[in-house]
Amino acid sequence: MALFSKQNKEVFTNPLNLDHPILGQVLGICSALAVTSQLKPAIVMGLAVTVITAFANVIISIIRNTIPNRIRIVVQLVVVAALVTIVSQILKAFAYDVSVQLSVYVGLIITNCILMGRLEAFAMQNKPWPSFLDGVGNGLGYAMILVIVGAVREFLGRGSLLGFQIIPDACYDFGYVNNGMMTMPAMALILVGCVIWVHRAYFYKEK
Amino acid sequence: MKLNTNSNSYIIIYSAILVVIVAFLLAFVYQALKPMQDANVALDVKKQILYSLNIRGLDGSEAEAKYAEVVKAETEQDGQKFYACQIDGKDIIVASLKGMGLWGGISGYLSIDDEGKVYGAYFNHESETAGLGAEIKDSQAWQEKFIGKQIWDENGNVVLSVVKDVKDPNTQVDCVTGATLTSNGVDAMIKACLQNAEKPSDTVCCGTEKTDSCCQKTEDCCTETETKAEEE
Repeated sequence: MALFSKQNKEVFTNPLNLDHPILGQVLGICSALAVTSQLKPAIVMGLAVTVITAFANVIISIIRNTIPNRIRIVVQLVVVAALVTIVSQILKAFAYDVSVQLSVYVGLIITNCILMGRLEAFAMQNKPWPSFLDGVGNGLGYAMILVIVGAVREFLGRGSLLGFQIIPDACYDFGYVNNGMMTMPAMALILVGCVIWVHRAYFYKEK
Repeated sequence: MKLNTNSNSYIIIYSAILVVIVAFLLAFVYQALKPMQDANVALDVKKQILYSLNIRGLDGSEAEAKYAEVVKAETEQDGQKFYACQIDGKDIIVASLKGMGLWGGISGYLSIDDEGKVYGAYFNHESETAGLGAEIKDSQAWQEKFIGKQIWDENGNVVLSVVKDVKDPNTQVDCVTGATLTSNGVDAMIKACLQNAEKPSDTVCCGTEKTDSCCQKTEDCCTETETKAEEE
């Protein structure tokens, strides 16, 4: 089977649109709300989830025929937990500031529903390569929303992007005020709602 | 022969092997990355101390160099650390603070100038609510409110406090709106940690400048040094 056959392409692109983990399946909302008050942690979180979903998918897919059916969830959890711990250790060593900002949420990737959902629904039945694509696709789909919401929240809430001030001081002199509501998790929920609305209205086609 | 993956013995052996492999992997990663993580934590502490000295916005190597330039000595007393610093010829002591917030531990650094006033402050927290309690760390404006406040009264009691309704602007700091319990934690932390701290006036009163409050309570110290000088 070719590496990028039609089926494999679908496996990769479906989670970016039709089967989008957040927009279509409404999974992984909780962390999408928590880490999106600024753009940088949102990007790191998106990358972390992408890497972990991809590799967890591959590992589970490789050992899928040996996993005893009765403890499969436990095995999946052990694999995910190990990967998450490794990622969080690497972040602490190479991106300390970000790991402080993400704090508990990196650990909470373990319970991210996208991961468990993909492992159980896809990796348990498919070969490693399609599983890898599925993991990357779902991770990127998740990261996409995080980046959109993170960018909007940081821009409106703090007037900056990635920590650089975008709105000039002159605007503040004329009485422009940052929207403090945007830094609260509640606004992330509303923004995710808006994104889902736009997606359903313009991009989503029933199969 | 096809393995029966549902037999009890298979499940037990399978899980045991899996756990051992994962344990080795994690131990290896932890050991391999530990030195880098320790360096990051140490650098973070140095940055926090610099923040409390109102030196902000430095990145890794700059902070390291500035720290080496500013901080002269480090002492420890009952687990509380003090850093003797010098900025623009002024002697400043940075005291480390540790206390309890609403959801978890809070910590901080408070720098004290030679008149017993706050030179700068920085607070950190483990798990306070973002936007409310977390403001003690995120809001530079709030930390700057501490600057210039008197810490001790004539009797050596801590009068610096975080309160809802500021009556005495010389010693009191307005608490964070919506984060009363975290603010109370900061207040208690300051009181507990600075009560036994060495007061700058104790040590400088025998120097060139003598202020009234200083000589009242440290007469003993001054006479002691004088007698010592005579002996010599």
